[in-house]
Amino acid sequence: MTAASATIPVGASVCLENFGWHYPGRQNPSLAGVDAQIGAGERVLLLGPSGAGKSTLLQALAGVEQDPDGQSRSGELTVDGADPRDARGAVGFMHQDPETQVVLSRIGDDVAFGLENLAVPREQIWPRVHEALDRVGLHLPLEHSTTALSGGQKQRLALAGVMAMRPRLLLLDEPTASVDHEGAVELCRAVSRAVRQDGTTLVVVEHRVALWEPVVHRVIVLDDNGSVAFDGPTRETLHDARKLLQAQGTWVPDWVPTTRPPAHRRAVEVDAAAEGPDGGDECPRGAGTARSGRDRPPHAAGSPAPRDGAVLLSARELGVSRIQPSRRVVARERRRARRSWRRGETLEAPARRVVDFPPAAEHITLDVRAGRALAVTGPNGAGKSTLALTLAGLLVPVRGTVRASAVLADDAPPDPGLWDGSELISRVGTVFQHPEHQFLRSTVREELEFGPEQLRRHSERSKPRRDVTADDARVADLLRRLRLEDLAGANPFTLSGGQKRRLSVATVLAAAPAVVILDEPTFGQDARTWKELVDLLAEEMDRGTAVVAVTHDRDLMTALDAEEVGLGS
Amino acid sequence: MSTTATPGILGPRSGLLARANPVVKLLGALLITVVIVLSADPVTNAVALGGQLLLLAGVGMRPLRLLTRLWPILVAALISGWGTAMLSDAGGPVLLQLGWITVTTGSLAAGGAIALRGLAIALPGITVLLTTDPTDLADGLAQTLKLPARFVLAALAAMRLVEVMITEWSVLTAARRARGAGGSHTPWGVAGEFGGQAFTLLVQSLRRATRLAMTMEARGFGAGPRTWARPLHYSRVDVLVGVAVVVTAVGALVLSMGMGTHRYIWQ
Repeated sequence: MTAASATIPVGASVCLENFGWHYPGRQNPSLAGVDAQIGAGERVLLLGPSGAGKSTLLQALAGVEQDPDGQSRSGELTVDGADPRDARGAVGFMHQDPETQVVLSRIGDDVAFGLENLAVPREQIWPRVHEALDRVGLHLPLEHSTTALSGGQKQRLALAGVMAMRPRLLLLDEPTASVDHEGAVELCRAVSRAVRQDGTTLVVVEHRVALWEPVVHRVIVLDDNGSVAFDGPTRETLHDARKLLQAQGTWVPDWVPTTRPPAHRRAVEVDAAAEGPDGGDECPRGAGTARSGRDRPPHAAGSPAPRDGAVLLSARELGVSRIQPSRRVVARERRRARRSWRRGETLEAPARRVVDFPPAAEHITLDVRAGRALAVTGPNGAGKSTLALTLAGLLVPVRGTVRASAVLADDAPPDPGLWDGSELISRVGTVFQHPEHQFLRSTVREELEFGPEQLRRHSERSKPRRDVTADDARVADLLRRLRLEDLAGANPFTLSGGQKRRLSVATVLAAAPAVVILDEPTFGQDARTWKELVDLLAEEMDRGTAVVAVTHDRDLMTALDAEEVGLGS
Repeated sequence: MSTTATPGILGPRSGLLARANPVVKLLGALLITVVIVLSADPVTNAVALGGQLLLLAGVGMRPLRLLTRLWPILVAALISGWGTAMLSDAGGPVLLQLGWITVTTGSLAAGGAIALRGLAIALPGITVLLTTDPTDLADGLAQTLKLPARFVLAALAAMRLVEVMITEWSVLTAARRARGAGGSHTPWGVAGEFGGQAFTLLVQSLRRATRLAMTMEARGFGAGPRTWARPLHYSRVDVLVGVAVVVTAVGALVLSMGMGTHRYIWQ
């Protein structure tokens, strides 16, 4: 397909007849008997539960799905009456990972890449590159480095690269899943503008329905078997399918799943309104967790339960940076500080400031309180994640101090940066944004047992032995609460996105830390996983655990009744 | 965690050489390297090295700073030179006698030649790397030297992922420490943890590579004949660089042969 003509393209039509896809070795097909006709210029939102083959369908439409032995595919699929694998350039395809949407290192070259591949003459390439960048609102010099872009900018760059090719069918696979809200809105606006101008046919897979509702004409909903459950005009279909969509975990407009309110807020509500305790609380409860805010089970770490609202961790005039002294310097300073702490000297803050790095954020003063949630908010690049890692003792502060209270520190030094592995995991648990970064073992169960195991190994050298049965009970409880029981023997890397997220939170909770720090825990999660995470965190808060979340998610803050710390505003 | 830009290992690419055509630079570097590889005498190597340093100084690369930045190569060259001086049995008046080690003027000359060779061979390639944008080099390789576009562009795209991998490694280290791993003190414990972390990095990289391949395929990569967006520029700079390189390479040979010191490696 040499899109050499400069005329405005018109949309392609798509025809699916009894289309199916069955990955070899899987029990159930991903797609089965899908029938749909999508007219030229029609804009369609494709919904369905995770694992229902939405991505597979888009990849098949884009002609990039691998089916080497021809065993997976069945039925008919055509774009403008032809096999999409023979019609490259007619179909534009974007997926959700910004990092691998970018091919080359300068933005101009990256947009030009697709045009070069379509053998567009050189003199037409650069005007089209400029036009495409302009249309997605990326006003940067062509030499600008692609590495220096934010996730949202990378996605818009990818869109420019796709739109420059003037596709007649545009396929978007969760384009905003890794992008913050502002980035998502801008991307959505850019797509909407482009497809309206060109009359491009659009198929978008996304579980943030409110974002795309004004853009699309039509909604197709797949069910658990990969068949079409609903298909029709946007408003009516969203209305008719609302129950199914909610059950599937799709974020339908004007709806937030009901979650367990944290105990301290419940207590306040009871005092204020003298009403029943848990209105609308429908989550499954763990043993002994459904008590009122004042009568809490003892903290699992063995230390006396911190008083609700007691300060566990505090930062004073903190300056944080990603740029760190070399690992050797950090280790040496850590050893020295621990020695002086053992001698009973007070830890002086500036001892280790070897080099004065420019901070990503500074003058941060905050308190992390038992049983409460703290939300760290701010625009991209404001240093939120860096602050979280510094609070967790994983990065060295460039200015100011992080101090653990006597209750939290117990028999360890009061500076989290000085803690060793097992001291750290029983006090502060950190959940990273990408679950895969934290997987260490080959099965889900072993992954959950890893933390308690480390603690047991450590406690063999100290006085009170850890109780194996209590640890096992906690692991079993977590497996059950997160619906991972059936997957206990599965490899963590093979889980779905939502399952991985739940597991990564659970692995940290398994060591029963007094403070949990999470980086964008609800990013790109469907409503079901979202609800499960919120319930889990609320339960932990009821046990006296402090929660710190780096987040853009307003609903999460409300659900956990979080105090907000805004950075870079 | 968000990705942070790693500071460029190679520094900013600017100056006269950065403006020269990558293919000219590559061929020039190849010519000098071939001359040095084929010649084993100190005169050719010294003249070639001196010529290169002069050339670099002429285009404002400040060779001394370049050499300090490339200190590992300097050290390696000196060590190999020293080793040769001690172990070779070339004749001449004895300068130093330490037990079984005998250093003569002949062995010292051989050692010097080896050290100069090492430096002179390393310098052209590194200069090309330091002054050339990978994308421009790829353009030159594919358009002028007609290397297969599929191969060149795939290598180029993969190079970008290396940077991502470097960032990812440090994130992985922190993420694993947060789980309580990474505190081993025994050598096998450390090796095991390193292996585990490397495995995770490998899994991530493979997935990333698959997705990148999908992106490239969806943008029409490998579908058929392609055009090139960036024209190749040849300018007076290229003539200058080309002439200077030929003068250096041929000059070193001619001078050495004229002095009667030239020796091929097989002689």
